[in-house]
Amino acid sequence: MSVKSTAAGRTPAKGSGSTARGGAKRRGGQPGLVQLLTPEGERVEHAEYSIDLTPDELRGLYRDMVLTRRFDAEAITLQRQGELGLWASLLGQEAAQIGSGRATRSDDYIFPTYREHGVAWTRDVDPLNLLGMFRGVNNGGWDPNENNFHLYTIVIGAQTLHATGYAMGLAMDGADSAVIAYFGDGASSQGDVAESFTFASVYNAPVVFFCQNNQWAISEPTEKQSRVPIYQRAAGFGFPGVRVDGNDVLAVLAVTRAALEHARSGQGPMLVEAFTYRMGAHTTTDDPTRYRSDEEREEWAAKDPIARLRSYLDKQGLADEGYYAGVEAEADALAKRVRDGVRGMPDPEPMAIFEHAYADGHPLVDEERAQYAAYRDSFADSGDSADNSAADAGKVR
Amino acid sequence: MSQTATQMTIAKALNESLRTALENDPKVLMMGEDVGRLGGVFRITDGLQKDFGENRVIDTPLAESGIVGTAIGLALRGYRPVVEIQFDGFVFPAYDQIVTQMAKMHARALGKIKLPVVVRIPYGGGIGAVEHHSESPEALFAHVPGLKVVGPSNPSDAYWMLQQAIECDDPVIFLEPKRRYWDKGLVDVSAVPTALHKAVVARPGTDLTLAAYGPMVKVCLEAAAAAENEGRSLEVVDLRSMSPIDFDTVQESVERTRRLVVVHEAPVFYGSGAEIAARITERCFYHLEAPVLRVGGFHAPYPPARLEEEFLPGLDRVLDAVDRALAF
Ligand SMILES: Cc1ncc(C[n+]2csc(CCOP(=O)(O)OP(=O)(O)O)c2C)c(N)n1
Repeated sequence: MSVKSTAAGRTPAKGSGSTARGGAKRRGGQPGLVQLLTPEGERVEHAEYSIDLTPDELRGLYRDMVLTRRFDAEAITLQRQGELGLWASLLGQEAAQIGSGRATRSDDYIFPTYREHGVAWTRDVDPLNLLGMFRGVNNGGWDPNENNFHLYTIVIGAQTLHATGYAMGLAMDGADSAVIAYFGDGASSQGDVAESFTFASVYNAPVVFFCQNNQWAISEPTEKQSRVPIYQRAAGFGFPGVRVDGNDVLAVLAVTRAALEHARSGQGPMLVEAFTYRMGAHTTTDDPTRYRSDEEREEWAAKDPIARLRSYLDKQGLADEGYYAGVEAEADALAKRVRDGVRGMPDPEPMAIFEHAYADGHPLVDEERAQYAAYRDSFADSGDSADNSAADAGKVR
Repeated sequence: MSQTATQMTIAKALNESLRTALENDPKVLMMGEDVGRLGGVFRITDGLQKDFGENRVIDTPLAESGIVGTAIGLALRGYRPVVEIQFDGFVFPAYDQIVTQMAKMHARALGKIKLPVVVRIPYGGGIGAVEHHSESPEALFAHVPGLKVVGPSNPSDAYWMLQQAIECDDPVIFLEPKRRYWDKGLVDVSAVPTALHKAVVARPGTDLTLAAYGPMVKVCLEAAAAAENEGRSLEVVDLRSMSPIDFDTVQESVERTRRLVVVHEAPVFYGSGAEIAARITERCFYHLEAPVLRVGGFHAPYPPARLEEEFLPGLDRVLDAVDRALAF
């Protein structure tokens, strides 16, 4: 029962890039890691994955990442101020989320976990919608079909099966869109994820499995989940897997686009492992100092996705101070909108407990609702509920 | 209480209990997500990996079915695994292994094998968490033959019952009342503990019996204290074990008080209150002055945090049921 660490897992194995797409061999960065922009902001080419974006598109990605980071930071502040019960920060994962989210088409369907605030942003989901669950006023709170962005899923790995089933449905319907399922490196250990790989492969479902390997599942490093790089797992299920530099928004965009196209064109599922890092705590209740080092964090800070794109924009002369100031101003406005919006978010009515337990209704729920309403009314002060005050005066405690 | 009694929280008592079990029996193992370096998200296993090593306090992959399934294998090999499921709502990936495998193996092997596995689950609401972090699934386990289901309500029981569960040769679902983790009480590590499945009278009274377990015992004790001011004497029985249930102790109490209200956080419908009501009605039909009443959660998904105080039985809902029982 030895549980000693090996080098496998966190460091990509040498020459391990062979995939059905011909192998994601390196140009910049580590073996097997697709990279188009180095941490220093140098553009590099990759044999298999290329991208050619307009200056507007490049600036757009920058703006997306900055606004997402600001939204996230504001949410952490709001949690600290007691406005949110909990927050799961995406700090450090902006490129993985913006790059993959921007790779989707509006008719693609997305199944997130609970940390995909950046992906939600790319789908025009109102950031305030994401906060209701963390504030404790609802357990989801948006219409998944409005932006083809499913509810957050907390039970680890469960959504990968839903994504696969949805993709099977798309294929049966002859639709040419695809599905993308997000999950973490920890989630890759769950039976549900393995089963989703099996179903997707067997039914050739148009689904992209997008694993954000942020190196940690709460306190457990990736090597406590897998002894092979996660993208290599796909091979055993019979579909391609690729590892992309998750802090390189260009590479993530290029690889995810290709993976979605692979799925849409009838070639079945594909696994993308975005190799990235969770810069903050797992959630606001977590204390990462108990399990990881400052050095590790600093090492990853040097690979910051936003700084990286900015230095590229600067080197290419694609943005000036005026542009950056504009983005900052937008970020400030977003933060204010979020702050005001959250503070103004009302608590649900108590009777909301009984709403939506069933679509077709249930007599027991009706009975309990009526009993509880009567019980609550029995506490009403003479002031607020004239109807019941006299009869129930004796019961007020 | 002897000199050896000290004040500690339920969390600390559980930690001490696990430490003692690891010290006393080299076959005892801890397994679960984040139980090692982090000491568990509630720190119940804090410091144990440091002192007992990675082979006895095992950080597992994030796979509940895998955790319980491999614990079964380890038990077959002679180990006594103590598994931590991080939160109530995450036990379901392991539910298959627990229900279809762990619960039945002893019987299928005609008694030739034993499965001394303890599955620890922090359960219940009241901590303002997001969904799947506040549920009370005890009835789902108690309904399954082959499993034992217990849950302490105070530090002393936490300390003793966990060791008794680990010593038990049957699989035990050990439910930890997470919102009481930080409540303090006296623990006497040299006392003679109460038997694992025995119910106890936590507060004597004469007018009505409140039966509860885990997090609701405290609410019932508070309700009894409040009722006293109104001239009513309520007896509180802490069931401690949900499978088996010590019906004798409940029966004795009800024969004295003639009224029973069962309180739990889980939805009332098909809940443990129904079982208790049925059995006690059968046993105490001629003693009862009122039907057995139940107070618990609604037949609705556990609500978001801002509504959980509405969902969870509090003092007033317990006392309301007491009023109704006494009005018969
Ligand atoms: C089935 C299940 N087990 C345990 C948990 C508790 N839990 C929440 S997040 C988490 C770690 C997840 O790690 P990973 O999949 O790598 O995703 P990350 O949070 O790093 O994005 C755990 C153990 C859960 N939510 N669901």
